Amino acid sequence: MLLIVVVLTFLLLESASGDAVDAYLLSIGGGDATVAQSLRQAYGLDQSMLARLWLYFSSLASFDLGWSVAFGRPVLDLILERLPNTLLLMGSATALSFGLGSALGIVAGAKPESIRDRVLSTASLILYAIPSFWLGLVLSIVFAVQLRLLPTSGIETIASGKAGFARALDIAKHLVLPVGALALIYMALFLRVMRSGMAEAWTLDFVLFARSKGLSRSRIVLRHVARNALLPLVTMLGLQSAAMLGGSVVIESIFAIPGFGRLAQEAVSGRDAPLLMGIIVVSAVLVICVNLIIDIVYAALDPRVGASEPNT
Amino acid sequence: MTIATLSRRTLLQAGGALLASTALPTATLAQAGSRLIVAADSEPKNLNPAIVASNGVFFIASKVVEPLAEASFDGKDGLAPRLATSWEGSADGKSVTFKLREGVKWHDGKPFTSADVAYSALSIWKPLQNLGRLVFANLEAVETPDATTAVFKFSKPTPLQLIRNALPVVSSVVPKHLYEGTDIATNPANVKLVGTGPFKLTEYKPGEYYRLTKNADYWGKGEPKLDEIIFRVLPDRAGAGAALEAEEIQLAAFSAVPLTDLARISKVPGLKVISKGYEALTYQLVVEINHRRKELADLKVRQAIAHAIDKNFVVDTIFLGYAAASTGPVPKNAPEFYDASVPTYAFDTAKANALLDEAGYKKGANGTRFSLKLRPAPYFNETKQFGDYLRQALAAVGIDAQLINADSAAHQKAVYTDHDFDLAIGPPVFRGDPAISTTILVRSGIPAGVPFSNQGGYENKELDGIIAKAAETVDTATRTELYKQFQKIVATDLPLINVAEWGFITVARDTVQNVSNNPRWAVSNWSDTALKS
Repeated sequence: MLLIVVVLTFLLLESASGDAVDAYLLSIGGGDATVAQSLRQAYGLDQSMLARLWLYFSSLASFDLGWSVAFGRPVLDLILERLPNTLLLMGSATALSFGLGSALGIVAGAKPESIRDRVLSTASLILYAIPSFWLGLVLSIVFAVQLRLLPTSGIETIASGKAGFARALDIAKHLVLPVGALALIYMALFLRVMRSGMAEAWTLDFVLFARSKGLSRSRIVLRHVARNALLPLVTMLGLQSAAMLGGSVVIESIFAIPGFGRLAQEAVSGRDAPLLMGIIVVSAVLVICVNLIIDIVYAALDPRVGASEPNT
Repeated sequence: MTIATLSRRTLLQAGGALLASTALPTATLAQAGSRLIVAADSEPKNLNPAIVASNGVFFIASKVVEPLAEASFDGKDGLAPRLATSWEGSADGKSVTFKLREGVKWHDGKPFTSADVAYSALSIWKPLQNLGRLVFANLEAVETPDATTAVFKFSKPTPLQLIRNALPVVSSVVPKHLYEGTDIATNPANVKLVGTGPFKLTEYKPGEYYRLTKNADYWGKGEPKLDEIIFRVLPDRAGAGAALEAEEIQLAAFSAVPLTDLARISKVPGLKVISKGYEALTYQLVVEINHRRKELADLKVRQAIAHAIDKNFVVDTIFLGYAAASTGPVPKNAPEFYDASVPTYAFDTAKANALLDEAGYKKGANGTRFSLKLRPAPYFNETKQFGDYLRQALAAVGIDAQLINADSAAHQKAVYTDHDFDLAIGPPVFRGDPAISTTILVRSGIPAGVPFSNQGGYENKELDGIIAKAAETVDTATRTELYKQFQKIVATDLPLINVAEWGFITVARDTVQNVSNNPRWAVSNWSDTALKS
């Protein structure tokens, strides 16, 4: 699985015109042919494509992610430096969009086709249709530039010397806008899946039975309808975590957060194959891990999943 | 009457109270230290300006590592002394003597001497630096008769005029004691800079900021005036404007605020838009031509293309007035060399059509004469927008230009290595002297793979001859005259078409003082920059 991902990334970057040396020479405003040649030698770009791919695999086998040519630093260092920021951003945004999305989904799904449902569904659809960069910019202009409530960008106040709780608070403040922008967009998905799951559940026999038993409405909504509609939502959560990694590229650029997405973008424009492959490998591992956790959660939520296994 | 006086008094009192309340916090802030926060859009991998002489590196590194001399609006030879206090060339052009500043110390406390200059010149500028390789190509030795004298010896006559004009860019001095005997390319001091400048590089957080702090032992009396400069990394182009408005940063240089936002930003109270301070780093909007293409090898076709471009439209609409129309390969900002008496090509579609007819490329049934591949460089919004404009301008004279947009690395390979273009749009820089990075745009014999050079296959023996002669003409007046001829030939024969020339825009809070007071301000040392509290 990982192997395929790595090879595909390598081939994709290989098919793009220009290499790391071209990108570097441009960034410094020129250089002569001998410089270019010696750089290509130093980066190993004078070797054949297969030789480089083989070299990469052999070092990957010993958990060595290689050396970034665009940054002149080990890939692992770069990734470890940026990963926490992205995890924080993604984690908070996923939690928020999942929490808010499912809660509003319950509100909407409690009475399908009601006015409440219509308003929420339409509003969420509008949010989903908004491009993330636009939403990010608008949030930043309104809350940071005009109202001055929150900082425009960055992960924390630069060189503030804050530590401990004050620093955590500072980071939280900086995260409000980017997390909000990401979460608002992905929230719509969760909301709609929850809502349609619930709308469907209302027509099922066990709900009819619960109603005929004379259970209170709120009990039916939460215990019977919502709980059953939650299952596809958890599946979505696993899938969305991968999408969120992609979506954070734009948000990280707008809010100047030194994260994974921005690193990936810089790796592509610098034609930095080792770095980009390192990012892809780590992202793939991350997504696999998230889905593993989701599967475990799924089993806990739905007794049928775990219980059926011993019988097969 | 009483009511009026009363209200006036209360108003005054209220105003006074307001003033006092706002003045108080600013005063305490100033005591806590003056920190200038600046937007930065890139983080160079190698921050050593002695190796990488580029604006991206200078923007940050020029505050830490100093050149022998800096550009100046009113100084002698257009220079202000930095590490060198005087320079003198010999009559035969084979030696230049620099007197160096006394009592200068490196940031690590070691004294700065002529040995550092000799080492930087011979071991770094000449063999390793992107521009120094050219300027110091014939540098043979640097003699150091004493600690404050460095004598540059050249194997062939090298014009002092060129050395002088190049000094601000090519002469960043680095400490010999940290570099000698190490692998220069991977020396840790390339990232953790050690210089003689007014600021020390004290912290770098990748993706976030660079922190420069005051060098208390700086040789300039009473300088630097700031305690700290923070270069905050803001990759998004909308980010710098927003951060300026929110008062999170105080300065954005190099047009970090896009031209289209300037009209709005200039109305924000407390912010000023400054177009001065980039005179010595003029960028030129140029149509690069592939002369291997049969049609383009014909002078009449090139003239027709020049006539088809409305330079004023480009200046007014694409650059929103923050540029000037070009007449030739040397910009007006270089009065030492600029010659206005060259052939010009007024915007005239009818004439362009006539020239193309004359050249034998009649319009076909569909109204087109021939098709071209047009590659605009992606580095600036303006180069991309000019690509769109040029396509339309060419369509008006029956040339069908097909736009190919690519990212930086791909563009560079396609144009400068593979020659896979008919027309390209590039932004070369005029760096104070035509010999530094201008003649290379039209000179023949440059191998493939050199960015910002003549890769269009153009060859003109007469022009090559003038370029070669100017390179070794020691007499300033004669050399200047040769470059005037150079401009005439380029404007007549059109190896490329110069369309416009522009500098960048700085946006700053009005509390920032002494902004843009030299022609390379953004990339100079900022020792006199101050914050008004």
